[in-house]
Amino acid sequence: MAMNYLEKLENVTVLGAAGKMGRGILLLTAMEMLNQKFKPENHKRQFVLYAMDVSNTALDELMKYIEGQALKYAEKNIVTLRKQYHHRKDLIDNEEIILEYVRNLTELIRPGTRIEPAFDSRIIFEAVSERPDLKVDLMVTINRNSRLRPWFFSNTSSIPILWLDEHAGLEGRIMGVHFYNPPPVKKLVEVIKTESTNPGLSYFVAEFVKNTGKIVVPSYDVAGFIGNGYFMRDILFAESLVNELEKDFSFSEAVYIVNKVSRDFLLRPMGIFQLTDYVGIDVVQFIMSVMNSYITDENFHSSFVDKMVVLGSHGGQYPDGSPKNGLFSYEKGRITGVFDIGKKRYLNLSEVAPPGDEYIGLLPVSWKPWKELIRHPHKGSLLSVYFDELKEMSSPGAMMAKDYLRKYKEIGMGLVKNKVAFRFDDVNAVVTHGFQHIYGPVNPYI
Amino acid sequence: MQLRRKIYMTAGYNTISMGMGRSEFHPKKPRPTLEDYIREAGQHVLDQIGGAAHVDECVMANFIAARYNKQANLAAFFPFIDEGLTNKPCIRVEGACASGGLGLATGIKTILAETADVVLVVGVEVQNSVKAVYGADILSAAGWYQERKEGHAHFFPGKFSERAGAYFQKYGKEKTRQGMALWYRNAIENARLCPTAQEFENKTTELEKLAFTGPDPNTFVDHLNVYDCSKVSDGASAIAIMSEEGLKRCSIDKKDAVEITGLGQAAYDLTSAPKDPVWLHTTEAAVKKAFQMAGITHEDLATVECHDCFTIAAVMAVEAIGFAAPGKGPDFILQGNTSHKGKIPFNTTGGLIGWGHPVGATGVHQAVTIWEQLTRRAEEAQIKLPRDKPYGLSVNMGGDDKTLVAIVYKKA
Repeated sequence: MAMNYLEKLENVTVLGAAGKMGRGILLLTAMEMLNQKFKPENHKRQFVLYAMDVSNTALDELMKYIEGQALKYAEKNIVTLRKQYHHRKDLIDNEEIILEYVRNLTELIRPGTRIEPAFDSRIIFEAVSERPDLKVDLMVTINRNSRLRPWFFSNTSSIPILWLDEHAGLEGRIMGVHFYNPPPVKKLVEVIKTESTNPGLSYFVAEFVKNTGKIVVPSYDVAGFIGNGYFMRDILFAESLVNELEKDFSFSEAVYIVNKVSRDFLLRPMGIFQLTDYVGIDVVQFIMSVMNSYITDENFHSSFVDKMVVLGSHGGQYPDGSPKNGLFSYEKGRITGVFDIGKKRYLNLSEVAPPGDEYIGLLPVSWKPWKELIRHPHKGSLLSVYFDELKEMSSPGAMMAKDYLRKYKEIGMGLVKNKVAFRFDDVNAVVTHGFQHIYGPVNPYI
Repeated sequence: MQLRRKIYMTAGYNTISMGMGRSEFHPKKPRPTLEDYIREAGQHVLDQIGGAAHVDECVMANFIAARYNKQANLAAFFPFIDEGLTNKPCIRVEGACASGGLGLATGIKTILAETADVVLVVGVEVQNSVKAVYGADILSAAGWYQERKEGHAHFFPGKFSERAGAYFQKYGKEKTRQGMALWYRNAIENARLCPTAQEFENKTTELEKLAFTGPDPNTFVDHLNVYDCSKVSDGASAIAIMSEEGLKRCSIDKKDAVEITGLGQAAYDLTSAPKDPVWLHTTEAAVKKAFQMAGITHEDLATVECHDCFTIAAVMAVEAIGFAAPGKGPDFILQGNTSHKGKIPFNTTGGLIGWGHPVGATGVHQAVTIWEQLTRRAEEAQIKLPRDKPYGLSVNMGGDDKTLVAIVYKKA
């Protein structure tokens, strides 16, 4: 079996390699190839990694990203690398070893804009944009032209895998392997297999994610899976709160209030709308539309998302990871303004915050910032104290937070009830590891 | 052997020890350069001795600016400090972390040779020019290069981690670790008394708890954590070495100087492993020579500046100097003897761990600190000076107990 894993790993293609997910998957794959190559029995084995995308400019940027990440990794892991390069008598100083690692890693990667090299790959990681027709077209082309009956691993966060399998005619040679952004950092991988998935694919994925240090959470093959199944519903609930608040507040003020309550009172790293910006409002719109077409008994549609996309404020990130303006404007990663849909411009935070803050009221006395709690050794007991205090509060901010907590739990439990997730623990694992929440939806705090 | 001429040190100066821990420090922002540090330290000494015209010779102590800063020929920076030093004899000396000590020894010998009555000694190192992972390569030149391939990524922490492991095994880990932790706490608390110290602004409350952080062999070494290690530092120290005639020339009263009564230098084969990993033989040899020349024992000392590049090196130095029997260094520290108000205060402004370790400057910084203490200039860091103990000792170590300079100072 191990032999089979290595044979498969010897020639891999990443489709959409210059995208924010593709580049992370490419980096992880290159690192895994090199780790395998360090083993004495694999020194002579040749690994090839095709990085495919549509633009040469983007591929140039990709290679700079890979070099930068490889350098950071090598500097941080020099103790291990000295052991791995011990057989190389010519490499003595840390610097020589670090530069050799970067060279060895980048030389595995063959960037290109043409699809033909993928015909030689046994493994195809697909991370192109979330368009079902595009994904199917690429898979069909590779599958038809390859003699190797390649295995496809799709990073889709919303499209059912069985649908892709059937439309691309892959006969079970596809599996969902959904990384979280950024893939080299986030530990979570949602894995989706269908009834027809070839068992060999599961074995490969299990080995790959284990070797790359990831945590696997299985999901049923339902559009959106666990991650977006939770996230899209959370956005829609937040939108309903905004709609309610708009009776007394402007749109911008309402967005500010809901974002702040969801971040501070719920102890999250970002408020719900800041997270929407981070993911990209256009991406959210696309995911909702995909989910809407597969899930018939619920309406995944957000009118403010549609408006923002039309107005061209999409959010997302620049190549260096800094946020682009979306519902909020940003400077050095910090929120500086809130979009006013009517006026079609950003209002300064100093205009929007005072009425919002006055309405929300004070945080519980036992509140601590997310940054402090996330790695706190006694976070469980601190959370209990905090939420006990919150329960007794009746300020508008506290009441909204409690409503939010109830909905959070309802969404989490619904994912199991509706056979999206296998277990509550899986839902909590996705939300805590993928979204960096301190506690999952199915919690004892409400 | 006795010194054949009265030798004094005076007019010392330390720049800030710059690096992680100082609020002015940001790795990606511009900082003072090698030249800035040399000029600041040198000029402040010249100001105290009446100007460059009084200087006969100059000594620059530096380990490895040729790699950290791509700069060699440092002796020729003296006229850059002050035009008045143009055409004076200038020399640069190197002995890894003992470069500063060798600079002082060179200055002392120049006075003894009667070719000079006033010698300006500047020690300098600017290490934050590269990340620590690359700095480890540069610092490994203080060891035998033929060992680099088999050595640890963090070469010297690796060497002293091996010593710590051997010490734990021979004398017990728990008490040794406690002693090392208290050493760390004393170092930081002493640094808080000295505005130029790298850890001056350290506000951590539970220092010993921090010092007990478990080592992480995957990212660092087997038996030490980062708190056991001295800093990566930029800085310079300078001092004037004078004969009696030199003091008169510069109008410096003897009470503002310290007399040098003992100098001990020793070296051990760079290509050999330590004779015994739990004992600092070369340190012991150098200190014995210095004591013998000064005609004193460790009992006569009021203060010591030892080379605590690692907490375990401090434990072993306490023993090698003679304050504790083999294996009893941790007990001596844990009894509070080496603390600021202890029987024999060590490293009163934080030493290498608390004040900082700009490598080539360290030996000179030790001399400046002792001069400040014995002439009661140490301000917040001032210790009590017993009438019957007028001596101070500095011990400056290059490499893994390879190049040693011990100096005995006396209130003049």
